[in-house]
Amino acid sequence: MPDLVGLLSYGTFFLVFAAVFAIIVLGLNLQWGFTGLFNVGVAGFVAIGAYTSAILTAPDYPNQVGGFGLPIIVGWIGAMLASGLAALVVGIAALRLRHDYLAITTFGIAVTIQLVALNAKTLTGGPFGLQFIPKPLVGLVNGNLAWNAVYLAIVALILGLAYLAIERLVRSPWGRVLRAIREDETAAASLGKKAFRFRLEAFVIGCMLMGLGGALYAHFVGYIAPEDFLPILTFQLWTMLIVGGSGNNRGAIIGAFVVWALWTLSGGVLREIIPSEYQARAATLQIVLIGSLLVGILLVRPRGLLGEDAVVSRHARASAGES
Amino acid sequence: MLQLIADGVVIGSIIALGAIGVTLVYSILRFANFGHGELLTWGAYLAWTALLGIVAVTGPMQPLGPLSFGWPLMASLLAAAGGTVVLALLLDRLVFRRLRRRGNAIGLIMASFGVALVLRNLLQFIFGAVPEFYSREIQVAIRLVPRDVLGGLRVTADQLFVLGLTAVSVVALHLFLTRTTLGKAMRATSVNPQLARVTGIDVDKVIRATWIVGAVLAAVAGVFSGLTAQLRPQLGLDLLLPLFAAAILGGIGSVYGAVAGGLIVGLAESFSVPLVGAEYRAATAFVVLIAILLVRPTGLFGEKA
Repeated sequence: MPDLVGLLSYGTFFLVFAAVFAIIVLGLNLQWGFTGLFNVGVAGFVAIGAYTSAILTAPDYPNQVGGFGLPIIVGWIGAMLASGLAALVVGIAALRLRHDYLAITTFGIAVTIQLVALNAKTLTGGPFGLQFIPKPLVGLVNGNLAWNAVYLAIVALILGLAYLAIERLVRSPWGRVLRAIREDETAAASLGKKAFRFRLEAFVIGCMLMGLGGALYAHFVGYIAPEDFLPILTFQLWTMLIVGGSGNNRGAIIGAFVVWALWTLSGGVLREIIPSEYQARAATLQIVLIGSLLVGILLVRPRGLLGEDAVVSRHARASAGES
Repeated sequence: MLQLIADGVVIGSIIALGAIGVTLVYSILRFANFGHGELLTWGAYLAWTALLGIVAVTGPMQPLGPLSFGWPLMASLLAAAGGTVVLALLLDRLVFRRLRRRGNAIGLIMASFGVALVLRNLLQFIFGAVPEFYSREIQVAIRLVPRDVLGGLRVTADQLFVLGLTAVSVVALHLFLTRTTLGKAMRATSVNPQLARVTGIDVDKVIRATWIVGAVLAAVAGVFSGLTAQLRPQLGLDLLLPLFAAAILGGIGSVYGAVAGGLIVGLAESFSVPLVGAEYRAATAFVVLIAILLVRPTGLFGEKA
């Protein structure tokens, strides 16, 4: 039954991508949903993670830095550290100021990362990107489909861990301070909470998740190029968060799956109905479509599919139930 | 040396024209408009469309003197400015005004990001991704300074035209902002919107005027960019970071700051080429941005953070 195999492998492919996006959107949700930080350079932080992990783990290429051949798990940790470090630099420069400055600065780092990826050939392979990025456990399983399923399990496990960790964080006292700062910085400051430090911590943790997502992507596809990390990626991730409902971690995950499904479906439909000579132009229509979805949701239902919970602390919820 | 300065000033004047729009929108409408770059792109392509239309009626464009283009491009520039104004006002009516009424500051930035993607991809859908030119005339650069003096200096007539018209635009804007009631109202709104409203300033009118000024200058900047380089759908996206860097460097809300910031970013880009190579010149704006945020976030001429 070749059809069933095709469908299954397509399904696992789809799910791995959606789960990787969900991990990144969880990071974005920590920044935007809970702290109110507007990060326009998500694709840049994802790219840093992807490239770092690829360079750390890949075999020796001719004319290129690298060939460290480190274990993949080291690559993933390295990816998180590198993205976190970049976030630290951006955060220290921009987080003391009005939110627009963070937007502009993160946009700037995404543009700069794109330039480095395109031009630093000895490090990133230039426009051709990096190939032969090792796939974890590939020697232990037979066949592509089985490996895709194994990788799906790994990514799902990491998504689950990330979800639990972020849920725990935002429900902790630390997470409540984030929301207090988001709602009223002056009031939070009057209680002795240093807004800058909390913002910086949330920003760096969020960016580390983005870097991890980039690394997971790189080791699944086995090949990365600068064009994988264009501003459209940032935009897709934002749409996922807004559609799912920012400030709600389950919403973030649902948004990732829903928007990725819409994106894949609309791409398939456009490919079916548009003659092949116009395909390149049709791809731009898909972006127009999703862009209109984002602007429309902002105008019509800014809360998204799942809104934010008003009460996050389980102690507060218990006492609210008693009274 | 001289050549680098001249190139930097030409790019800088294009950045300055765009940055004026960014800084006006930022200070009067209170949000960083990520769609502003697309107004440049649309201005450039609208002018190209108008030019094709005019040339189809009147026959091939005759270059004016040493310039690479003739009066049809000037007429197209006017048409493009008008078209860009319509586009900006339409966007405000459809998207930004509604979000403004809801008082959602970050919603505005986010929507502008979405608007930018829609506009850019719509443009690429209509015009395709192949670079275009206003004129295929080959221009001979004029040697102003011989090669043995500080490396010499050669400029094209088009570049001088760009500098001249930028200067005229900035002076005209200066007169508008300092001599007319509407211009004064715009400055007042930028400094203190509540107080401006209390004194009876029609804020809606000020907002329309802001979009009109920003869009006209964006169209001019877009056409200049197309004239000195080429027309590409990414023209505005590539200029967006320099525009923001220039606006912040000059101090948000300061028109003269935006001009100075534009020139400084242009010069920095130009001088970065021999240091790090042409491929990284676009990252210069980012370095300038980080530096100014760390050292003096209010910018050179800004009063408030």
